[in-house]
Amino acid sequence: MKKKLVLKKDLPTEKSTPFIFSPENEAKIPELLKRYPEGRQASAILPLFYLAQRQCGGWLPPSAIEKVTEILRVPVIRGYEVATFYTLFNLKPVGTYHVQVCGTTPCMLRGSEALLSACKRHLNIECGETTKNGAFTLNEVECLSACVNAPVVQINDTYYEDLTEEALIKLLEGLASC
Amino acid sequence: MLRESDRIFTNLYGTEDWRLKAAQSRGDWDKTKDLLAKGQAWITQEVMTSGLKGRGGAGFPTGKKWSFMPKGEEVTPRYLIINADESEPGTCKDRDILRYEPHKLIEGALLAGFAIGAHVGYIYIRGEFYQEAEHLEAAIAEAYKAGLLGKNAANSGWSFDLYVHRGAGAYICGEETALLESLEGRKGMPRLKPPFPAIVGLYGCPTIVNNVETLAVVPTILRRGGSWFASIGTPDNAGTKIFCLSGHVNKPCNVEEALGIPMKELIEKHGGGVRGGWDNLLAVIPGGSSVSLLPKEICETVLMDFTSLAKVKSALGTAGVIVMDKSTDVVRAIARLSKFYMHESCGQCTPCREGTGWMWRMLMRLAEGEGTSKDIDQLEEVTHQVEGHTICALGDAAAWPVQGLIRHFRPELERRLRRE
Repeated sequence: MKKKLVLKKDLPTEKSTPFIFSPENEAKIPELLKRYPEGRQASAILPLFYLAQRQCGGWLPPSAIEKVTEILRVPVIRGYEVATFYTLFNLKPVGTYHVQVCGTTPCMLRGSEALLSACKRHLNIECGETTKNGAFTLNEVECLSACVNAPVVQINDTYYEDLTEEALIKLLEGLASC
Repeated sequence: MLRESDRIFTNLYGTEDWRLKAAQSRGDWDKTKDLLAKGQAWITQEVMTSGLKGRGGAGFPTGKKWSFMPKGEEVTPRYLIINADESEPGTCKDRDILRYEPHKLIEGALLAGFAIGAHVGYIYIRGEFYQEAEHLEAAIAEAYKAGLLGKNAANSGWSFDLYVHRGAGAYICGEETALLESLEGRKGMPRLKPPFPAIVGLYGCPTIVNNVETLAVVPTILRRGGSWFASIGTPDNAGTKIFCLSGHVNKPCNVEEALGIPMKELIEKHGGGVRGGWDNLLAVIPGGSSVSLLPKEICETVLMDFTSLAKVKSALGTAGVIVMDKSTDVVRAIARLSKFYMHESCGQCTPCREGTGWMWRMLMRLAEGEGTSKDIDQLEEVTHQVEGHTICALGDAAAWPVQGLIRHFRPELERRLRRE
């Protein structure tokens, strides 16, 4: 029955291995839950998803979503609702480097379209795809709120600002070699 | 122009250290205990006197908002929420406060929390701001260690806990009730108002939601007096404001200025002028993506404050100034904003969920010069079908830039349809 609830077509279909938090992350959970009042643990759903996503190498498998709902004692469907609503949770595996090019107007005025096509050419993938070696995933994202430093690209947790095509390609080459 | 001595954010550019010690040398946390000792009513009154309006876009008077909190004996907990979910295209002021002036915000949170009777505050920061959140966590840890937060915060006898909560990439969570939903662990879908959060907010308790910049200026207002803040700017538009200059200016930057500064002066003095000179200017979006753009004729004279911009059917919004020079394809620039709203609509209300997509598709067609001039009228009608027919203001925000485009650039749209 549970499977029927998971109708988001992008979710991986194969039954992934059960997810368990690593001991280090497990130890962080009580600390996170303490931030919210008694009986309001559901508030910790975003922080716990972040922990799980980081542990899984940048994506959130269904088993992790279910594990978090179990810990917080909320219905499983709530976990899926939240995970599919927020764009920062990747429901499919992503590359080691998740290249997110901001495409909204302030960046567009400063040349983000050229940056995006340079990325596509250089990595030889389209938006939403991952390179064959699993190193890069490319996406166009909405405003990253660094408009005075446009154009901006976020790679994993870091913003790279005031970019030019050459600088970005150099950056990607540098990342590919490490 | 703002006098150097009236500047509030002295480390806006991160030229100095952001940590507690350096922040204290810049005047933060100076005699906070004495400010708290003057009482809740005094703080609220002083903020009212200052004429401070919310800096997150809607511009609601902050002191007035605080005064909506239920009076009398405390029966339920109260909460202070700091809205750091900055995602409005063109706006990046809060990011620099979080990175370089976190202690102004933390002190402001303590003062505001005390004024409204809250013992707990949450800072809801957008998920993409990973490093900013780390700075903030570190600054809060410093404040706890120095006894400025926690039990008996700053030796005042008031206990106040402050936590960082990271959002996860939803623009809509900047809307205060969507933010509360998100903080309660649900999808960020706005709630119907009333009841307003000041009565029924987080976990059903009285809650005040304030923008980062709003709270970060509170300590300085209390130290220097509400009348000092009110003396800056123009009547009804008191104080200083951080403007974000982006797009086609020679030196894009964040800058703190007095409200009511002429737009031309702002762009020429602080932004290094429009790329290719003032005459190369096509249009300016004065307050973040949600407001109507203004053509060059209006930009010549308009003042950057709430009332002047409302008079020209635009708004100050978040003061994210997006400058477009004559090389801009203005229709595509606005179409891209429509795409943004289409992407960020939470999907709760039909007019917004469907209308934002229609606006984007129609604009893209018009940008290519396809269709007839009837389509322009139809597009305008769609914007009016969306505007005012949704639970939150995202529908309005999606409609206004398109209306502005039709109002000021209809000849351009028609020129394209004639394929000239």
